[in-house]
Amino acid sequence: MSQLATQAPAVAAPRSPRSRRTTRTNYELYGWVFMRASGVVLLVLIFGHLFMNLIDGEGINAIDFGFVAGKWASPLWQVWDLLMLWLAMIHGTNGVRTIINDYAERTGTRVVLKSALYLSFVVVVVLGTLVIFTFDPCPAGSPADLLPSFCEA
Amino acid sequence: MAQTNEIAPETGSAEGTPGGTDEREPQAADASGGAGAVPSFDVTLRIRRFDPDADEPEAYWEEFTVTAYGTDRVLDAMHKVKWEVDGSLTFRRSCAHGICGSDAMRINGRNRLACKTLLKDLDPSKPITIEPIKGLPVIKDLVVDMEPFFASYREIMPFLITGGNAPSAERIQSPEQRERYDDTTKCILCAACTSSCPVFWTDGQYFGPAAIVNAHRFIFDSRDEGGAQRLEILNDKEGVWRCRTVFNCTEACPRGIEVTKAIQEVKRAMITRAF
Repeated sequence: MSQLATQAPAVAAPRSPRSRRTTRTNYELYGWVFMRASGVVLLVLIFGHLFMNLIDGEGINAIDFGFVAGKWASPLWQVWDLLMLWLAMIHGTNGVRTIINDYAERTGTRVVLKSALYLSFVVVVVLGTLVIFTFDPCPAGSPADLLPSFCEA
Repeated sequence: MAQTNEIAPETGSAEGTPGGTDEREPQAADASGGAGAVPSFDVTLRIRRFDPDADEPEAYWEEFTVTAYGTDRVLDAMHKVKWEVDGSLTFRRSCAHGICGSDAMRINGRNRLACKTLLKDLDPSKPITIEPIKGLPVIKDLVVDMEPFFASYREIMPFLITGGNAPSAERIQSPEQRERYDDTTKCILCAACTSSCPVFWTDGQYFGPAAIVNAHRFIFDSRDEGGAQRLEILNDKEGVWRCRTVFNCTEACPRGIEVTKAIQEVKRAMITRAF
């Protein structure tokens, strides 16, 4: 009896569907929605930024250290530029991540490219955020004609 | 009553093609020249061949020139090659009438069914290139391994899922409810859409348009209760979110299914479910 069982012919395994590592999260969904929402917000932010810097008032000739320092002394422009920085960086990084996923076939290539991408994301976002919040509009010992008007000698 | 016209085999009777002597084919003035004569012309097929049993298996192009008729399809010309010129030419075809979905191939750079593509619509004055569909491993000549394609299809559970006791009569559905998913019921699983998708070409991990179309067919069926499970499956990293709305699938579909639209509808169903 037991011999019968042991001598049973090896049956070929049924055609097994490729194992696809299932990811039961909503990350890709949120990413997809974020790209669309941030895209709309970025349109407003970027064109508002371009208008204020290049067209409004004296136009492009007004841009100098004083102009930028004056803007960043105002909470509105701090928030505006911070939002623009973060949204643009996340939007762009997610887009490039998608492109890497689409075009880099080898796992090694994908890991290297994405690591470089995330590293540059961190560097740019950290540096940009630091600049916006720690910016000194009136550095000591600078000629007064280069500084914004509210600086005291 | 008519004189004996030379009629292409398998092209039916002369009455079937009234005014068959088309002005576009000057060679039409064949010996018979009756009103029902079907114009004939020479056409060159440039076919991508691959023989796995060769000493050094490598794909190559081979050209065949055959005489075809104005009513002939690409498949008829390929039959002529296989039956009369080179019997080793290998391709799939079953019904030869656009229903079985066996003979999807890349004809002049576009995925089509060989049995639904008329030679005269392809400019037969130039060689017609015929390749296997892309993104799936070639087994021989135009035959590809469809297993990855069907594995994705099986994964979305293409069958009715219900709960509770089965009704004693039919499961009732209104015409409007039936209309909701009518478009995606037309799929014949020929893989023309999936193998035209550039995202599928890269690594073949993406579920592909065909699997999503067939999930759509059940997700939007009022009788089916497996919608949540199917949405969950397609919410995968390799699911609907990899669709870039390139529209290659919609263009390739020999059944005219609006594939990209169906994928977008599945995305929308997921978003409304998540928020």
